[in-house]
Amino acid sequence: MATTRDYEPNVVLSNQDYNVVGTRPLRPDGADKVTGRALYGADFAAAGLLSGSVLRSPHAHARIKSIDTSKAEALDGVRAVVTSADFPQGGEGPVVWQRDNVLASDKALYRGHAIAAVAAASPHIAEEAVSLIDVDYEVLTPVTDVQSSMKGDAPILHDSLMTDELGEKADKASNVASHFQHVKGDVKAGFKEADVVIEREFTTKTVHQGYIEPQAATALWNNDGRLHIWCSTQGSFAARDACAKILDIPVSQIRVVPLEIGGGFGGKIDVYLEPVAALLSKKTGTPVKLVMSRADVLQGTGPTPGSYAKIKIGAKKDGTITAAHAYLAMEAGAYPGSPVGAGAMCVLAPYDLENALVDGYDVVVNKPKTAAYRAPGAPNAAFAGEQVIDEVAKAIGMDPIDFRMKNAAKEGTRQVHGPTFPRVGYEEVLEAMKSHPHYNAPLDGPNQGRGVAVGFWFNIGFDSACNIAVNADGTVTLQEGSTDIGGTRASIAMQAAEVLTLPYEKVHPTVVDTDTIGFTAVTGGSRTTFATGWAAYEAAQDVRTKMIDRAAQIWEVDADTVELEDAVFKSKSDPELSMTFAELAGQLGRSGGGITGTAAVSPSGVGGAFAGNIVDVEVDPETGKTEILRFTVVQDAGKAIHPSYVEGQMQGGAVQGIGWALNEEYYMSDSGTMDNVSLLDYRMPTSLDLPMIDTVIVEVANPGHPYGVRGVGEAPIIPPTPAIANAIENAIGTRLFALPMNPAAVAKAVMDK
Amino acid sequence: MKWIDYATPHSVREAVDVLSEAGGRARVMAGGTDLLVALRAGVYDIDLVVDGKNIPELNEITYDPTNGLTLGAAVPCYKIYGNQAVATAYPGLIDAASLIGGTQIQGRASLGGNLCNATPSADSIPPMIALNGTANIAGPNGNRQVAIEDFCTGVRQNALGSDEILVSLHLPAPVANSGANYIRFIPRNEMDIAVAGAGVSVVLDNGDIKEARVSLASVAPTPLFVQEAGDAIAGKPANDETVRIASGIARDAARPITDMRGTIEFRQHLCEVLTRRALNTAIERAKENN
Ligand SMILES: Cc1cc2nc3c(=O)[nH]c(=O)nc-3n(C[C@H](O)[C@H](O)[C@H](O)COP(=O)(O)OP(=O)(O)OC[C@H]3O[C@@H](n4cnc5c(N)ncnc54)[C@H](O)[C@@H]3O)c2cc1C
Repeated sequence: MATTRDYEPNVVLSNQDYNVVGTRPLRPDGADKVTGRALYGADFAAAGLLSGSVLRSPHAHARIKSIDTSKAEALDGVRAVVTSADFPQGGEGPVVWQRDNVLASDKALYRGHAIAAVAAASPHIAEEAVSLIDVDYEVLTPVTDVQSSMKGDAPILHDSLMTDELGEKADKASNVASHFQHVKGDVKAGFKEADVVIEREFTTKTVHQGYIEPQAATALWNNDGRLHIWCSTQGSFAARDACAKILDIPVSQIRVVPLEIGGGFGGKIDVYLEPVAALLSKKTGTPVKLVMSRADVLQGTGPTPGSYAKIKIGAKKDGTITAAHAYLAMEAGAYPGSPVGAGAMCVLAPYDLENALVDGYDVVVNKPKTAAYRAPGAPNAAFAGEQVIDEVAKAIGMDPIDFRMKNAAKEGTRQVHGPTFPRVGYEEVLEAMKSHPHYNAPLDGPNQGRGVAVGFWFNIGFDSACNIAVNADGTVTLQEGSTDIGGTRASIAMQAAEVLTLPYEKVHPTVVDTDTIGFTAVTGGSRTTFATGWAAYEAAQDVRTKMIDRAAQIWEVDADTVELEDAVFKSKSDPELSMTFAELAGQLGRSGGGITGTAAVSPSGVGGAFAGNIVDVEVDPETGKTEILRFTVVQDAGKAIHPSYVEGQMQGGAVQGIGWALNEEYYMSDSGTMDNVSLLDYRMPTSLDLPMIDTVIVEVANPGHPYGVRGVGEAPIIPPTPAIANAIENAIGTRLFALPMNPAAVAKAVMDK
Repeated sequence: MKWIDYATPHSVREAVDVLSEAGGRARVMAGGTDLLVALRAGVYDIDLVVDGKNIPELNEITYDPTNGLTLGAAVPCYKIYGNQAVATAYPGLIDAASLIGGTQIQGRASLGGNLCNATPSADSIPPMIALNGTANIAGPNGNRQVAIEDFCTGVRQNALGSDEILVSLHLPAPVANSGANYIRFIPRNEMDIAVAGAGVSVVLDNGDIKEARVSLASVAPTPLFVQEAGDAIAGKPANDETVRIASGIARDAARPITDMRGTIEFRQHLCEVLTRRALNTAIERAKENN
């Protein structure tokens, strides 16, 4: 029996309260952003700045026979032209792929692949110069989708690429970079035990992260040999290290200054413009800026893959899943490295399975090299897996949430790829979904339908650093290396404030460059509030200890008799001894010098996150248009440090999932070029296409973090596509197996019924 | 992008002179919501932009119930739907004026620009065809009139000579028991280009269709006037069956292509759905307009 709880549109199901953690203060970068003062990648200016422009391949697949830059070099105002020949050569495998992706050497592997670049006195001259570069191409047949690319007769992208087949290298060139398997139990035997077995095939199209700020980078290769880069990036250290590899110079020779970032979603981890701007600056001796257009972004930067999946699931009439097999093939783009590995870890993760098999294929195609995009690989896999789960539940006549609950993964469940779950909040997410008024409200009207789906993302840890310095007025400054895409300046400062018992407003966080802070891994993998937050926690503990020591020294008492509570130091032994944080801060100079705290961490206690969606749709059966009527996201955040920003992640993930479900796709021509290279025709949802998205934050603390934080940035993009597919099925009585479920596809499904 | 000159003529005469002098290397600008985007994208190679905003005839709205509407070619959409008399007389035109772009775009975008831009998807052209509109054109040799359905000659091509300017649009006064409607289909709810659109008008006579005109967007190189759809139902009762006859003809008349915005089959199917829905609304409006 479902009991409906009384939920507000946005609720936080908390079970532990703190002073600062869990509140909703203003973001420190807010004023600059709403007044337009914030400096983004393209806003950077410097004396003597030159403008650059990049020549891009008009062909999806071509051999580059020669490049003649002489006419461009001769144009008045042109200061330098570079091609891949200007990079240090040598190496093999990933470093060559990374270098070739930035400027193509022997082959152009996708339309939009960078071929050469110009630095000139103005953007107009640079653009004109680019058009004067002559490239002699031998045009080759492209292959742009994963299934065609896997066929034996497909055009080969890399003559040196041999399939890694379950660990064995093949001896013939192929577009399949690797095939791997995860095995648990005996699927054959498991399917024999099943009363119902359902097997379905699914395809998804290539989609883009769709961040609103195009990539931009400025480089200055100074006379002293140091390379300075100002860019919009998700990881200043990642950008530094990638440039060091490509340019074959030590990391210490490079300083990356991260500017404000207008969205990334994973797509601003890889470098594109930075090494090219560096080469141009090296040649000219002046700073050079490169900025992408929207078409460059869509054609030249990492999308997330199109994919093919085959899912087979068997269950007994009582609802027990007896076996599951997931076959996943994903586009890597032009060079190996699709997110199929992550997809394979997530596709069956919500289920406690006796018998399971996952096959994964990483396949190159003539499209831009794929880059991370929120929970990379998992949404593609969930679109397939969660629809078959829905169908099996229907076939045995079970409520889809009850069916998931019966088979739910929990603490101790061994996942198909090996690891055992620590404490996770999946059952709590399912309970919140089942009891939500949305799930229990009647649909009102014909052609309406409701669907549910869930998703899992494992999240990551990695290195983070943080410095904190105490100011004489009782405030502290906090320096961190995580570029802030989702409000992390606030969520990190809040964790330091909690430790120091200071109000949030007394902690001033700044994102600093790679010369100013210890190594900090990318803002990605939903790690920043978890790992950099932990670094801030540790650095604040360092400050706290030193402040207590100082108070003890001034009072001439034992340090362990001093405590800090509500920003006041007190002696446990002598109630007369008391000093506010600000009072002590004001005396530091006279009592032994200023106090700073520092920490560098690499936390391992990462907590995976489960998210679930409930979606209502209404389909116009004649036009095939799907309207999202109501959308609820439920997610285990572990602990929501700043609930508004957690809700923002949940809503943003839902919105991107809605776009992916209904309209977004790389629309490819037969010659392998993307036709819809603008945001007019690459249809992301606008505010008018969306209902308010309601959220329920479930808090099942991650035992691996001082405040219980799990990452929240990625899980919310996983369930939307299958939840919407399940809702459309419920509305029109027939299922769609391909993304996008755009009006033409839905209208056809209705007509074919 | 290269340097482009800018002229601000204050009369039609002066504009025509400037255009003649430029010898085909100039374009008139009304709101600029197409032109500026096209120039940045390198669609036109021109040396001069001729601003129409200072020419009185291009910026006036005159309406009276006998002579109908004369709409300056550069009048922005918001002034059209903000004009109470025009909004009441031509709801079918307002359908288009209030859905082009969004609020910001409607502050600049004109129906003259929409027509001269001459894309198959232009939202105001099918309703202007359905409403029997004409274009008033000025050139070195004086003025001439062209029916809206004859104005577009190809994708982004129109009947204007390089030394001519569109001055205004004219719609005859609405007769009693007439109604019109324009609807389009887009995958999103705004900021999209019509996958297909249908602009229709009807005149009723005692429950029968006396006269009807049907025009389609996005299903041919130019906005399509489907005269046979209207002719086939003239004299027939204004009911579902009659509407289906016309919408079936509209579907069969559509000559769409498959592209990123839709397939041939889907667009043909939409022509039937949209024509049917638009005719039903136009008939409702005609019944209320007596
Ligand atoms: C964000 C956005 C959304 C849009 N949405 C829609 C939409 O939903 N539906 C739609 O149909 N369009 C849409 N458009 C396109 C555009 O807004 C319309 O076509 C608009 O009506 C053009 O009017 P304008 O006054 O801005 O024309 P302009 O850009 O000034 O001119 C358009 C063309 O007509 C020529 N021209 C203009 N006036 C004259 C004249 N008097 N004589 C001779 N030539 C002339 C120009 O040289 C140019 O080639 C959109 C555009 C944008 C940027």
